[in-house]
Amino acid sequence: MDTVTVTDLVVDRGRRQVLNGLSFAVPTGQVTGLLGPSGSGKTTLMRAIVGVQQVRSGEVSVLGVPAGSPGLRSRVGYVTQAPSVYEDLTVRENVRYFAALYGMRSPEVEAAIADVGLIDTGGQLVRDLSGGQRGRVSLACALVGCPDVLVLDEPTVGLDPVLRVELWGRFHALAATGTTLIVSSHVMDEAGRCDRLLLIRDGDLIADSTPAQLRADGRSNDLEEAFLNLVRAREEVGVSGQGRGPRSEAAGDREGAPRGSEQVSRA
Amino acid sequence: MTASMTPTVRAGATHLSPRLTAATAARVLRQLRHDRRTIAMMLVLPSVLLGLLYLLWKDVPTLPGRPSIFDQVGLTMLGIFPFVVMFLVTSIAMLRERTSGTLERLLTTPLARLDLLLGYGLAFGLAAALQAVITVTVATTVYGLDVTGSVYLVVLIAVVDAVLGVALGLLASAFARSEFQAVQFMPVIVLPQFFLCGLLVPVDQMAGWLQAISHVLPLTYAVEALQEVGRSTAATGTMWADVGIVAGAALLALALAAATLRRRTS
Repeated sequence: MDTVTVTDLVVDRGRRQVLNGLSFAVPTGQVTGLLGPSGSGKTTLMRAIVGVQQVRSGEVSVLGVPAGSPGLRSRVGYVTQAPSVYEDLTVRENVRYFAALYGMRSPEVEAAIADVGLIDTGGQLVRDLSGGQRGRVSLACALVGCPDVLVLDEPTVGLDPVLRVELWGRFHALAATGTTLIVSSHVMDEAGRCDRLLLIRDGDLIADSTPAQLRADGRSNDLEEAFLNLVRAREEVGVSGQGRGPRSEAAGDREGAPRGSEQVSRA
Repeated sequence: MTASMTPTVRAGATHLSPRLTAATAARVLRQLRHDRRTIAMMLVLPSVLLGLLYLLWKDVPTLPGRPSIFDQVGLTMLGIFPFVVMFLVTSIAMLRERTSGTLERLLTTPLARLDLLLGYGLAFGLAAALQAVITVTVATTVYGLDVTGSVYLVVLIAVVDAVLGVALGLLASAFARSEFQAVQFMPVIVLPQFFLCGLLVPVDQMAGWLQAISHVLPLTYAVEALQEVGRSTAATGTMWADVGIVAGAALLALALAAATLRRRTS
């Protein structure tokens, strides 16, 4: 059973094509990781799933209806990369407001604050919190709606390792109750924590897999290494086969160049 | 279990919901409550400025049988202060919603766009009511401002003016990309209305084309309504018509502001 289905999705931002016709499905009740370097199109893809992104062509369907349908607004939670909460409200006041929007009450508010480990800071103004704490407030504001689909853009950036493990535990606990999670990350060491993986690079889907399958396909136990092997294999094919114009030629020319710096420069 | 494949549209998911409007107004007021200095300025500043005008005209002689200049100007200012203050406060508040990402986030929730805007209108309208009660009380007791009609009507008109300021501020913020730009909309939108509203020069003494402009600017009607209250003991039909026009202009601005909120962006 699939919660999200994406078919031939093409998205332009400005004059640049950011997503080049992606197709995939996200299964229900699992944690699906969206992995790729920054600038690869992860955020744009998540925005399309939430229904706030203008798309050029293709279809995105969530829970059986087109993404962005009014009926989905109480069922899809979205946490942006930059914490989007009110700095001049306390943690609890923020969560309470979003709870009201989703028709939730006090027990859900306290549960959401506890889930992100902010019980002791509930009464503090968000502007007095650290960056990582603000991100957790933002997450709590989505958790409080008890959504069926939770779209999280880099939720663990800047968190200490202990808390990161706790949050991943929380994500899997939610998945176990039937929630579908889509979690983006540009750190490959988080890929191993996902049930499924979508690897995107330069707006193309280069793998739709599981961590185990990716290790096998990429001929490495290290997911980052496996990812790189897949990218290299793909680009060798790209030069002769796919013919995406100047870009694939350029990729061929720079075959020996270090990939890491190229990824950063595209960010 | 929770993820059934048939989405159920919760009642009022995208339509106007008094509950969500109220929740939004309460949130805006809570934000204000954490900003004590803004509250103090909002509540006290108009009274202080009015005091300055009082001292300015205190010793200027008036013609017998005519109201003093302070009575005329002071009364009008009771409508202009809330308009200007709420315009500024709202355009900055809404710009912050945009730049902090909270606006985009709100648009992914069941909150209707008009719920958000009416929430702002309600919150700042309430703040304006408190401001108006304080300013009117200080004006009539400390500065001896003489109002022929009911002071309750003065408060009512002040609140409607404030809501107009809120609505125009929400609309203006859609065209501002930065705080600098947002603040610059004050002279663009507020000052021409102030110059042409009939306080500096009576509308019927302006050049024809200026009168035409004056007649399409809502603040003109707000000032006329206050002048009506200053002139006659009972509420006049003209005054109610003026209040209706100002309220209508505020609703129009809110509707236009709602149209500027796009759920889907590039």
